Amino acid sequence: MFNYTLRRLLLAIPTLLFIALTIFLLLELSPGDPMSDMPLTIPPEVREQMRIALGLGEAWYIRFFKWLYLFSVVEPSHVLANLTGIQSLAIEGQRIISFQSRSPVADIIAQRLPQTLWVVGLSYIFGILLALPIGIYSAYKQYSWFDQAGTFISMVGFSLPTFFTGPLLILIFSIWLGWFPIIYDTTLVVDSWYDFALQLRQMAMPVFVLTLYNAAQITRFMRASMLDNMMQDYVRTARAKGMTERVTILVHVLRNSMIPVVTVIALGIPTVFTGAIITEQVFRVNGLGQLLIIAIYASDFPMVLTLSVVFAILIVLFNLIADILYAVLDPRIRYD
Amino acid sequence: MTDVGTIRPPRNQWWDVWDQFKTHRGAVIGSIVFLLICAFCFIGPFLWEYSATYIDIRSRNQGPSWAHPFGTDQLGRDIFARMMKGGQVSLAVGIAAMVLSVFLGALIGVLAGYFRRLDGPLMRLTDLFLALPLLPLLLVMSMLFRQKLSAMFGVETGMFLMIVTAIAITSWMRTARVVRGDVLALKEREYVLAARSIGTPNRRLITRHILPNVLSPVMVSATLMIATAIITESALSFLGMGFPPDFPTWGRLVSDGIDYLQQYPSRAMLPGVFISLVVLSVNYIGDGLRDALDPRIRGR
Repeated sequence: MFNYTLRRLLLAIPTLLFIALTIFLLLELSPGDPMSDMPLTIPPEVREQMRIALGLGEAWYIRFFKWLYLFSVVEPSHVLANLTGIQSLAIEGQRIISFQSRSPVADIIAQRLPQTLWVVGLSYIFGILLALPIGIYSAYKQYSWFDQAGTFISMVGFSLPTFFTGPLLILIFSIWLGWFPIIYDTTLVVDSWYDFALQLRQMAMPVFVLTLYNAAQITRFMRASMLDNMMQDYVRTARAKGMTERVTILVHVLRNSMIPVVTVIALGIPTVFTGAIITEQVFRVNGLGQLLIIAIYASDFPMVLTLSVVFAILIVLFNLIADILYAVLDPRIRYD
Repeated sequence: MTDVGTIRPPRNQWWDVWDQFKTHRGAVIGSIVFLLICAFCFIGPFLWEYSATYIDIRSRNQGPSWAHPFGTDQLGRDIFARMMKGGQVSLAVGIAAMVLSVFLGALIGVLAGYFRRLDGPLMRLTDLFLALPLLPLLLVMSMLFRQKLSAMFGVETGMFLMIVTAIAITSWMRTARVVRGDVLALKEREYVLAARSIGTPNRRLITRHILPNVLSPVMVSATLMIATAIITESALSFLGMGFPPDFPTWGRLVSDGIDYLQQYPSRAMLPGVFISLVVLSVNYIGDGLRDALDPRIRGR
């Protein structure tokens, strides 16, 4: 197991390097120019100097290796310094600078992260909490009206794109009923009960949209996995031994059917960071997804590259965690 | 003697599949809805007098009437006609991206499953693609090739090709994995060995004996792929990275309509309802197909 984990971690390094290089080259080819927003009155030679000042003067492979060094050595040291509070850990000198704001990319990401984590993370947790009981009960009472309704709702939640459910909720709850604000206000500081209520109200709609979507997917997996186990011989044995229904379902069946569901949940965690791009755009939550969109519009290459590679790292990491969890939970699976 | 009446006439496998498919109520309703929407989008424009791009500024922002069942937009264009035109684009993108993606997925899956030498590299490639952050990548790609392809093939065809290719090369991985798994199992069956022993070349072994047997997972993933492709295209258009602004697609119409959500809510809701209906019906068809193509369930 340890060997397997080590091997996978080692294999992850070339994978990530390749992904970083792919995204870098894609951006390199792109026709977007970070200088395109500058006034046309700037003479060409000054323009050229500005490009060099942005670090665009050198050959692409030099820039790639510089970025790689900054990304893998310098930026982590700053993040570590901020987390621990020991400023001497941070390596002095050049950092990855955003073309738009001229401040270090890592700082901007750190500013945006809380909004994304609050809204998207909370909706993922709610989604799981909602999906598990519904999935279990639907499978236990297969083909009952509860199961039919649950399957239909999860099919709907799974099919409705968030750029439709988002405006629909805005229309009903903000425009017609006036309960929740349309736009998420990030400057809100929660220091009183009134502000807390305000924060809850502005989070309600984006969280609900994403909860519906996440819950719909996990419910389907939970139900299918429960149904697979329900027919097994060990369940009949448990019943024959005189176990109560409660123990049979919630201990024997549930523990076995959680194995694939836990890995699905682990696999879905990276989407907590990446998948909410559209929802963030609809509700104007200035999280990571929105940051990426703005950076793409503005040809802010360092930002796009850094964010995409961070997303890729999360995906690779959680794929690995899902595989390890699978082996830990299910003793029949051996990777070595 | 023998009772002739009890011997059933020989039946094609597809009749059994169809019989099973008919019993899935959701799938039947889904197929009807999907066909109706296809007819609306592809046959409708021949019967409807207004064009999607005709601007009649004097009759702008009208409510529903007999002349304009869904009203008109801020430039006086008929929304009914725009819905049909937008649907054509969205459905065409969905179906074309599905064909390309399933072809890629099946090809890579069969090659990886059948030829042991290709298995390692192709599966590493699949894992690599699975680790890519897809939506950011799609956005970067659409920013990248927008101008080049527009210059080469004209704006509409260029964007169509770009979006279809972009969606296909970021969504073939799941099909490839499923197909590879099935091919690996099928390869060890006796009938494959028998076919090989009479000297069937690899090419014919794959097309005659392997491919027909992986058809059912491929068909299921193909239906589900249409839904994914339509949602992805709409999401791209919604974010302003898809087709150009004057070119209606359902996603574009939603994003244009959001600016008028307060005054004319139906403008954003209608295309949204259409996207949701198509995706919902396609998902139900996929569900029904999965049941119908599974011989263990069929006939029970």
